[in-house]
Amino acid sequence: MNRRLVRGACGVAGFLVLAEVASRTGLVDPDHIPPVSTVLLRAVQLAADVEFLGHVGTTLTAWALGLAVAIAVAVPLGLLIGSLPWVDKATQPLVEFLRPIPSVALIPLAIMLLPDTLQMKTSVIVYASMWPILINTVYALRDVDPVAKETLRSFGFNPFAVLWRVSLPSAAPFIATGVRVAAATALVLTVSAEIIAGRGGGIGFYTMLVRSGGINTDLLLGAIVWAGVIGILINFLLVRMERRVFRWHSARAEVGA
Amino acid sequence: MLEIVKLGHVYGTGPTAHQAIADINLEVAQGELVSLVGPSGCGKSTLLRCVAGLIQPTEGEVRLDGTPISGVPDNLAVVFQDYSRSLYPWLSVRDNVALPLSRKGAGRAEAREASERALGEVGLAGAGEKYPWQLSGGMQQRVSIARALAYTPSLLLLDEPFGALDAQTREDLEDLVLRLRTEHTMTILLITHDIDESVYVGDRVVVLGRNPGHIVADLPVVLEGPREQISTRATPEFVALRAQVAQLVREQINS
Repeated sequence: MNRRLVRGACGVAGFLVLAEVASRTGLVDPDHIPPVSTVLLRAVQLAADVEFLGHVGTTLTAWALGLAVAIAVAVPLGLLIGSLPWVDKATQPLVEFLRPIPSVALIPLAIMLLPDTLQMKTSVIVYASMWPILINTVYALRDVDPVAKETLRSFGFNPFAVLWRVSLPSAAPFIATGVRVAAATALVLTVSAEIIAGRGGGIGFYTMLVRSGGINTDLLLGAIVWAGVIGILINFLLVRMERRVFRWHSARAEVGA
Repeated sequence: MLEIVKLGHVYGTGPTAHQAIADINLEVAQGELVSLVGPSGCGKSTLLRCVAGLIQPTEGEVRLDGTPISGVPDNLAVVFQDYSRSLYPWLSVRDNVALPLSRKGAGRAEAREASERALGEVGLAGAGEKYPWQLSGGMQQRVSIARALAYTPSLLLLDEPFGALDAQTREDLEDLVLRLRTEHTMTILLITHDIDESVYVGDRVVVLGRNPGHIVADLPVVLEGPREQISTRATPEFVALRAQVAQLVREQINS
C-alpha cells in the first residue's frame, strides 16, 4: 500500500516537473501551456478570489440540488420497477431508449424551454444522473436474498414492510454506489450546462468568461484545477460515507471470504 | 394443536404441473415435538411453507388451534437452515431478535427487554451489541432461535436448522431445543434429513416418501429418562428405532 502511494507520488511529481520544464524551455508555447507553477499559483489565488468562489458556490448549488432530485426520483422509481414485474416490463423499452441519449445533447433544449438557469441546470443534471441510481436500484432489488425476504414474511410482515425493512437495506450499498457514479456525472453536466448557457454563473461560465478576456490560459487552467479538485473531493467524501454507513456490507464480505 | 388435513400442493398448471405433496394428514398435540424426516424431494419444504402460511395449499387445509391457516398465522415462528441469509447483517444481534416484535406492536423498550431475555436463554447474554457476521455459525443459529423464542410462538417450525453446522455444534443445539421445549409451551415441528437427530429430539418421527411427498410412517419415540447425547444414543430402543427409520428412508430413496 505504501509502495503504491510512493510510486503514485513519483508519477505525479515527475509529470509536474516535465510539464514545468517543457513550458520553461519553450518546448511548448508558454502562452498556450503555462508552467505548472504558474497554474498552481493562479489556482491558489483563485481560492481567495471572492468572485470565483461565488461561481464555485453556484456550481455546487446546482450540482447538489440536481443530485438530490435525481436520488428522490430514481430511488422510488427503481423500487417500483424492481418490485413490480409489470412495471418493469412496461418501462423497459422506454428506459433502454432514453438512457443512451448523451445528456449533453439535451442542454440546448433545456435552455430553450427553461428561462431560469438553475432550473435548466437542475433538469439536465437530474436527467443525466438518475440513470446510474435507477439501474443500480433495480438490479440490487432483483438480487435481494429470497431467504431474507421469506424470513420476514414468516413473521407476518406485509410486502410493503418486507420492501422497507429487508429489500431497501439490502440494496442500499449498491444504490449508494450508483449515487457516487451519478455524483461525478452530475458535476460534468453542471459545468457543461454552464458553458453552453453562457449565463447564470458557475465554474463553467467562469471559464467562458476568462476565455473571452484574451489568452489567459493560466487562469483558465487554474479554474480547471479547481473543477478537478472538487470532483476528487466529492468522490472521496462519498466513499468515506459509504464505508461508514455500510460497514456491515464490507465487513460481512471479509468475514465470509 | 396443529392439524394437517388432506393437505396437497400442486405447483403450476397444465402439463408442467408438479404435485409436490399429496394427502398429508397429521395431528400434533400442544407441546409435542414431531420430527419430519425424509429423502430430498419428499416435499419437506413445501409442507413447511404450507404450514407457515407462506404458500396457500391447493388441496386440504392446515389448522392451528382450530383456526384454518390462511396467510401467516400470528403465533408461529420459523427457524430457517440458512442462518447467514435469514439474519440481517445491517442489524445488531439484539435488533435482529427484536425486529419481529415490532409487528406485534411491542414498544422499543419492551422489544429490547424480550430480545435480551431470549438471547440469555440461548446462551448469548451480552452478545446483543454484536453483529451476526461477527459470530460463529452455531452462535448465529442460536440468534435465529432466540428471535423465534422472543416472538413467543405457539408453533415453532425448524427447517433443517442444524444441517449446516458441525457435529459438535449440532449436538449442542439439539440439546438446546430439548431444554427450551421444557421451559416453553410450544408445539415444535422439526424438519430434518438427519435420522439420528429426528429420533434423538422427537416425541414422534414422521417419515415422508417421495413423488409426491406423502407420509409413510408415524412412529412414537419411547426412550427412558432424559435425553443425553451419548447414553441415549447407546440405548437399544434408540438404536432399534434409528434402524427402523433409516430402513424406511432408504426404501423411499430406492423406490
